[in-house]
Parts: sequence; C-alpha cells; structure tokens
Amino acid sequence: MQKTYYDPADLRKFGKITEWSEELGNKFFDYYGKVFEEGALTAREKSLIALAVAHTEQCPYCIDAYSKDGLQRGITKEEMMEAIHVGAAIKSGATLVHGVQMMNKINKLDG
Amino acid sequence: MATKSLKKQGSDLAKSNKQLEILSNGIFQNGELPTFKNKISESNQFPLKAKTLEILQVNVGYMCNQVCEHCHVDAGPDRKEIMTQETMQQILDVIKTTGAHTLDLTGGAPEMNPNFRWFVEEASKIGIKDFIVRSNLTIIRANKKYYDLPDFFKKHNIHVVSSMPHWTRGKTDKQRGEGVFDMSIKALQELNAVGYGMPDSNLKLDLVYNPSGAFLPGDQAAMEKDFKKALMEDFGIQFHNLFAITNLPIARFLDYLIASENYEDYMYALVEAYNPNAVKNVMCTNTLSISWDGYLFDCDFNQMLELPVNSKAKHISEYNEELLEGRNIVISQHCYGCTAGAGSSCQGSVA
Repeated sequence: MQKTYYDPADLRKFGKITEWSEELGNKFFDYYGKVFEEGALTAREKSLIALAVAHTEQCPYCIDAYSKDGLQRGITKEEMMEAIHVGAAIKSGATLVHGVQMMNKINKLDG
Repeated sequence: MATKSLKKQGSDLAKSNKQLEILSNGIFQNGELPTFKNKISESNQFPLKAKTLEILQVNVGYMCNQVCEHCHVDAGPDRKEIMTQETMQQILDVIKTTGAHTLDLTGGAPEMNPNFRWFVEEASKIGIKDFIVRSNLTIIRANKKYYDLPDFFKKHNIHVVSSMPHWTRGKTDKQRGEGVFDMSIKALQELNAVGYGMPDSNLKLDLVYNPSGAFLPGDQAAMEKDFKKALMEDFGIQFHNLFAITNLPIARFLDYLIASENYEDYMYALVEAYNPNAVKNVMCTNTLSISWDGYLFDCDFNQMLELPVNSKAKHISEYNEELLEGRNIVISQHCYGCTAGAGSSCQGSVA
C-alpha cells in the first residue's frame, strides 16, 4: 500500500500520547471522557456533534472514530449525513459572513 | 446477500477447525494481542469454572427460513439438522432431575422442527419458571401453518425473544434479508394483539439487538429507549426489554469480518473493550447448551465451534450433575465477544 501521512492504525495508539507527558495526557483524557458523558445533552446528541466537528476539522481519525461510535449507538446514516451538512453549512456560512467584513472594507476604501 | 449457508457453499469457514485456526493464529500467536486465557489469568479468573446449572439452552435444529448475514449457527433453509423426539425426551428427563429454572429453545428457527409443539407441550408440564423460545418473528408469517404461533405461545406462557437488528427497514433487511423488516413488524403487531409485550402483561416479549456490521453494540439501556420510541411512534409496537448482544467472530460473522478486511480491527476492539467484571457473569457458567443431536457444550458458540464440554459426560443421555458441575469451561479468543464492555449473553448485558 502507498505510504500516506495518515495511518488508520495510529488511532489505536492515541492513548499512548500519555507516555511522553503523563500528567497533561491524563488530564486531557479525563476531560474528554467527562465531556462525552450523558448530561444536558444525550451521549447520542454529543456523538452527532462530534461527527460534524470531525468533518469541519477534517480529522480523519475523528471521522473514523465517530462514524463507528454513531453506528454503535444505532444512529442511522441519514442522521449522520444530516449532521455533516450542519457542519458544512456552518463552515460555509462562516466563510460567507466574513464577506460583510470585505464589504465594509471596500465601502470604506472605495465607497 | 448470501442465500445459502457456508456449509452448502462448501466454504472452508464452515469447518470449525478452520475457524479455530484463524482465532488462534495471527495477531494472537505473534503476541500483538493477548489470548483470552492470558487475559482472564491477569485477574485470576482462569480456569473459568461452571457453577450450578440454571439454564438449559437447547438448539432444536439448524433449519431456518432466513439466511442472516451474521448468523453464528450458519443456519438456513438448506440445513437439515433436526433434533429428534427421542433426544427431546432425554432432555425432559434431565430437567426433572435438576434445579434448572430456564429452558431456552433456539435454532435455526425452532418452530420449524416438526416436534417443536410436542416438546413445548411436554416441557410446559414440568414446572419451568422461564420458558424461552427464540423466534425470528418472520416464521410467524412465513406459512399458514405458523399463523397461530402467537396463540400457541400464549397458551403455554412462552417467553418470546426475537431478533430485531434495527428500527429501520434498511438496516434490518441488510442483515436479515429483503422483506424481513416488514414481516417482523407484522409479527410483532400480532404478538402485541394477543397481549405480548404490553407493559403490565405476563406475556414476555423481549427483543435482541446485535450490530449490523463490524462494530460493538452501544449501551443497552440507551438502545432500548431508542427502539421503544421508534417502534411505538412508527408502528404502535410495544415490547419489554432489549438485549444488546455483541457479534462473536465465528461462522458467517467471521466470514464477513475477513471478507470486509475488518477482522483485525474487530479483534482489537473486542480486546480493548475487555471487562474483567463481565467474566464473572458470562452465560457459560450457569448454562448447558445442547446440540440438535444431544451433545453438551458450555454455550451455543462453543457448540458451533465443536468444542464439547470438558467432562466425561458428553451427551444428554450421560447427564451427570457431579461430573458437569465445577467443570473447566472451554475457551478461545471468541470469548472476548462475551466480555466486551458491559458483557453480553443471550440474556443481554451481564456487568
């Protein structure tokens, strides 16, 4: 197989980051675990948010992890794709809304 | 989707020794992952010992009207193995002498055994507390001769446990075959109509969820909530409990894992999710699994891998409580499937 920067098998090694900085690594994983517990939002809702963010962040490890997590929770592929569209809409909206800044600048300089 | 069993296809994976070879070699042989024996030894749980017998799980035959993608029995319409009335009588004789309180009939589709109704009627007379039939639901709608099964179950106060891969048509049909979802929904409605699954009803109707692919089941309570909401809103269906069961890497599921190049990742996932607390309550410690021809196994999975009980008593006709109680349970890497996360057994989560 052709070598790439990303290796799917590296996801299994994620926990090993604590080996080079145990305290900070453990704090991160404690925090991470706590964030995904059931709270005001269900774990199911959090999984869908994570999947959408995984796409906007373009993290292939996170995409693999939360696609699988969604399946484990019984989330349908239609629900998952809708979540990705929410992420995509925010991402494109965030680009476009900066157009107002461009318009402001143009109007000021060249009004 | 395959329409024939692995056995009928002449697949190598229909052979138990081939499956055991895969489970013993590769990532387990080269030490990449610990064997199940080594893993349970870490918490001083090896050897795993059988406790007092509570559940008799009887596989009355591998014949089935469905060919599900992940069937660990490799059951299907082309399988002809069927338990005889003589073997059933031997089982009834044993039940009378033991304190077993649960009789769990499985298959294939147990209802397709021609002696099924006779066995249920005879077994009903001997005071079993929980009499389970693992019905695939579609059998109730498969042929006119099965249409009265809901009433038959009700008459004998059978506890119906049925597989339902998902509350959506697509996922269910993918795993269990085209049209299975609609027939299952109709069958569930018919069971509800005679009183099964109602909140205050003694007519127990439980569903079994197992994942449709190479991933582990999610939290059982959360899945049950989602199933109940969806089946009620979409079809007005009620049921009691949902059992979330992990797919074990044997037979057709093993074949699928290898063909889809998911085998190693799945074994990693099982080993990573290993929960030593689940080991204490795995079903093999209080269950005997009896094959269609009367042989004794620690569980249905060992039956399919042809790993008989570690005892001089190997057949129901040789049943001997002293010889069987305290026996060492036979294990291999597939046992990781019952100890992942909250653990799973035919009765759902164990930890």
